[in-house]
Formats: sequence, structure tokens, C-alpha cells
Amino acid sequence: MNRSVVEVRDLVKRYPRSPVNAVDAISFSVEHGEVFGLLGPNGAGKTTTVGVLTTRIRPTSGSAVVAGVDVLRQPTLACGRLGVVPQRSNLDRSLSIRNNLIFHAAYHGIPASERGARADVLLEQFGLRERAKTKPDFISGGQSQRIMIARALMHEPHVLFLDEPTTGLDPAARLFVWDRLRELRQRRVTIVLTTHDMHEAAQLADRAAIMDHGKLLAIDTPQALVRSLPGAATLELAAEILDGGSADEVFAALRGLPGVEAVERVQAQPQTNGRLSPVLADPEQAGSETTHALRVRLYVSGDAPMLVAPAASTFAEHRLAITDVKLGNPTLEDVFIHLTGRTLR
Amino acid sequence: MNTTVATPQSETGAFFAILRRDLYVTWSELPIFLAQVILQPLFVLFVFGKLLGSLGYTRSVYASLLFPGMLALTVIITSMQTLAFPLVVEFGWTKEIEDRLLAPLRLGLVAAEKIVFAALRGVIAAALMIPVGILVLGSIPWRWSALPLFLGVLILAALLGAGLGLVLGTLVPPNQINAVLSLVFTPLLFTGCSQYPWPSLARLHWFQIITAGNPITYASEGLRAALVPSVPHIRPWISLTILVAALALLIAIGIGGFYRRAVD
Repeated sequence: MNRSVVEVRDLVKRYPRSPVNAVDAISFSVEHGEVFGLLGPNGAGKTTTVGVLTTRIRPTSGSAVVAGVDVLRQPTLACGRLGVVPQRSNLDRSLSIRNNLIFHAAYHGIPASERGARADVLLEQFGLRERAKTKPDFISGGQSQRIMIARALMHEPHVLFLDEPTTGLDPAARLFVWDRLRELRQRRVTIVLTTHDMHEAAQLADRAAIMDHGKLLAIDTPQALVRSLPGAATLELAAEILDGGSADEVFAALRGLPGVEAVERVQAQPQTNGRLSPVLADPEQAGSETTHALRVRLYVSGDAPMLVAPAASTFAEHRLAITDVKLGNPTLEDVFIHLTGRTLR
Repeated sequence: MNTTVATPQSETGAFFAILRRDLYVTWSELPIFLAQVILQPLFVLFVFGKLLGSLGYTRSVYASLLFPGMLALTVIITSMQTLAFPLVVEFGWTKEIEDRLLAPLRLGLVAAEKIVFAALRGVIAAALMIPVGILVLGSIPWRWSALPLFLGVLILAALLGAGLGLVLGTLVPPNQINAVLSLVFTPLLFTGCSQYPWPSLARLHWFQIITAGNPITYASEGLRAALVPSVPHIRPWISLTILVAALALLIAIGIGGFYRRAVD
């Protein structure tokens, strides 16, 4: 089943009176059963892209096909095949939570005999059974988000679009939503989600597209995106300099190890003799003995753990005793910084 | 996970599901709806139809020409109020309408449902006015022979109010709706010939011209032609023609506005 559920080609959206394209000639496809993340800062064009795919925004040019339906030519048909969870609650405030689900199913032509049972299953699954009769005005943001996901699932869409599903939620509510999304992923529900949280994208997405200024800068699995970064993995080592040991020599030797792209000292402070000397992270030890300690960070291309043994040998050869080892893995945030020169927020 | 997919044929189903939602909400908020509909005409009929007459300030014929006018006004204002303000709120703030915009039916049909629903509330309001009229005035003018004209004008008036509501609800920016509603509301209320017959304005020609521009005038005059033909009135075919034309214009503008609000 390797067919595309979402197919976007050269999509452009320019809003009236705007000098730039909100979405600037982007193309991507989402496979059946895949969780696809659109990752980028606010204003990158993520919501506009989802707006086009869900028939609510008319693009300036380009094409978008969702579940085999051209959303521009047959928006009505497309609406029946997609589910949408918006960034902000748009629940029907005149209806109870259960009725929000039931009427949604009615709009989508689900037979009356099935609506109630489906609503009850979803309310149970999303931990909302006790709130079934409550009106949306009396519930928390996290619950709204869950109701909107449950509502979107009532008509069993081919693809579910979630716009910033956890923005503004507290950590517990966020984890709950993540767990529900993981369950959907296990059930092979195709999901397109936008987020400005790189951690969320890494947690949930099978593939992520990094978006900025309306353009897609890179599309791949989060792992591959991270691996593509030159020298982004780090290995941090702390050591005590024993009698006869030399920090300068070990420094040079580390530089010579295969895969090491750069070596730098960490938290160095100028000493009275004018030489730079490292300070241990532990403030208790940051005193007179600190000249006997060294902390270095190696920037590595490839697998950082493979370097632990050779680095330890190098330290031992130069009479330094290792006190701490820390592996630093690059994140999607680093990928974003690498691609745009800016941080995500 | 695509066992039940809505087919294009289910557009009618979606239309009625949305209508059912609106009726369900009206039903669950019935006391508010009734108060909204009955209160104003109740007081107007009591003060102008009953009280002033009993005190000798108006002649008894006034109550019978006031009733059809109040009926027209109530129908149009009820339909208009059903749409205008809620639509502004739904599009502008709560976005509640989105779930219906994403239902598998054309946006034009979502707008059409709004019109049908608002008109329905208008007609219900008219039906409620009859017992209210009997209660307050003792009796109301009624002619069974004019029932087709009565119903025709009534339904056109209900749709007209809905069209007016759709236009206001989609064209007025959210932050201006309160100002616009009060600016539109009061003139509409008093220039629609609900409280006086249009031909009698010949003595006040400039005001007669102003009232000719208010579509409520033709609803008031149409209902007067049906219920109290002895009072001078605009000929029914003229009233009906203008009501139809105004309705077509408002619906065209309103649906255009609805599309603009619904799709970016």
C-alpha cells in the first residue's frame, strides 16, 4: 500500500496586498499510513498549506490532491475524505461534547444508527466519557484538542490534518495527545501535522519537512535530517590532569582522531598566568584545583559513541583520568539552524 | 479506514443535518427564542394598538392596520437577527461554523441552509404573533380568502430578512458589527411602514420616498393588502415584485459575501 494520500505540486499562495508568497512553490507527497510533519517557525506558511489542503484557502497556483481528489476542483468531495483539527478550538458551543461528535457524523452522512456508538467509543478512547454532556465552554484547552481530534475521526477520514495540535497545552495534556496520535499511527491513519516544536516532530513524524518563508528546505525522516548535519554529533569528555599530564598535548591528539571535525574546550576561564584553563561543571570543584581539570567537546561526523574508546585511550596515553563522558545528539532544531541560520522560535 | 465515505449524493443529507442542528439548538434554547420574538411586538401592540386607543389618542382602525405592519416587521427582524450577529461571531471569533464549512456540501448550500433556517424562525415568529395579537388586541383582522397572498408575502418577508442578515453578517467586519447593527436597525424599524400605511404618506412626500427604499415597506403593505384591504395600500403585485427583486439582490450579495468569508 505505497500510494500517496496527499500530493502537492508547485503550490503557491500569495495573499492580497502581500509583497511575498506565503507559500512559495512547494511540492511534497504523503504516503498512506504515514505521519508527516510540517516543521517551521510561526509565519513559515504551514497553516496556509494545511488551509489549501483542507479546501479553506484557494491557492494562487499549483495543485493539491488529497485522497485521490483534487481539492481545488472538487472541494466538496475532498471534505468528505479529510479530517481537520485546527489550531484553536472551533467546537460548536451550542452543543454538548457528545453532540459535537454526533452532529459532525451526521454532516458527513454517517447513518444515525452508527453515530452514537462511534461517539461513545471515541469519547472513551480520548478520556472524555465523563465530560460527554458538558458544553465546550466549560472545558480545558487540552480537552478541546482531544474533542476536536475525536470529532475529526467520527467520519473515518482518509487523512487527518492537525494544525499545531499541542501548542499551548500543559505537558501532561501534550503527552496525552501524543499518545493518542501514536495510537492512530499504529492504526495506519495518515496524518499531516504542523508544529513549531522540533521535539514534537521528532517524536511523532515518520517524515518531516522543514519549512521557512513559504519554502520547503528539506524533507526526510527526522533521523536522516539530523544525520545530514555535518559534525553535529558531539562527544563531551571531562578529565583530571594527573602528574605529568598535558592538556595541550591531549588536545592535539584528539584532533587527530578519525571522524573528529573540531575540538573545543568547554567553560574555560582565564587564569592569572594568562593561559586558558578549563573549569569543571561542578561548582564545588571550581576553585584552586581547577587547573588540574579539563573538559573538551569533540564535534563528530558520523557516530559519536564509536569515538568513546579511542578518545579514552588518548586521554590515558597523556595521563589524564576521565571523570565524565556525555554524548550529544543533534536535534531537528540544529537542522533548522543549519538550514536557515536562525533558531526555530 | 475508509469504510463509510460520504458520497456527493449526500449533499442533501448534509444540508438537512445542518438544518437539524440549527433546529435542535433553537429547541434547546426555546425560552430565549420566544422572549426574543414575542417581547417587542407584544409591547408595541399593547402600547400603540391597545393603550393609546383606550386612552382615546388613536382610532380603533389603527390597531387593525398596525397588526399586519407589526407582523411584517417581526418576521423580517427575527429572520435578520437569526443570521446577522451570530454569523459575524461564528466567522470572526468562535469559528464554530468551520465544522459545517468542512462538511461535504457546497458552501452555497451552507449559506442556503442559513437562509432557510432564518426564514423558518421568521415564519414561526409570525405564527406566534397571531395568538399574541388576539391576546393583546382582543381580535385581529383576518381574511381566509386572502390566505395565499398572506402566506406569499409572509414567506418572502422571512426570506428577505434572512437575506438582509446574510449580507450584514458577511460584509460587516466583526469589530464594527455592534455599531452597524444599531445604525441599520433603528432606521429599518421606523421607515418600513409598519406603523402607518404608505399611501397616507403622500402629505409627507420626502418621507414617502425614504420609506419606498426600505423593503420592509412592501412586506407591511403586502400583509395589509391581505388582511385589511379597506386601508389604502400599495397594489399587491407591486409589493410582491419588489420583494422578489430585493430578495434576489440580497441573496446574491449575501452568498457572495459568504464565499468571501468562508474561503481565503
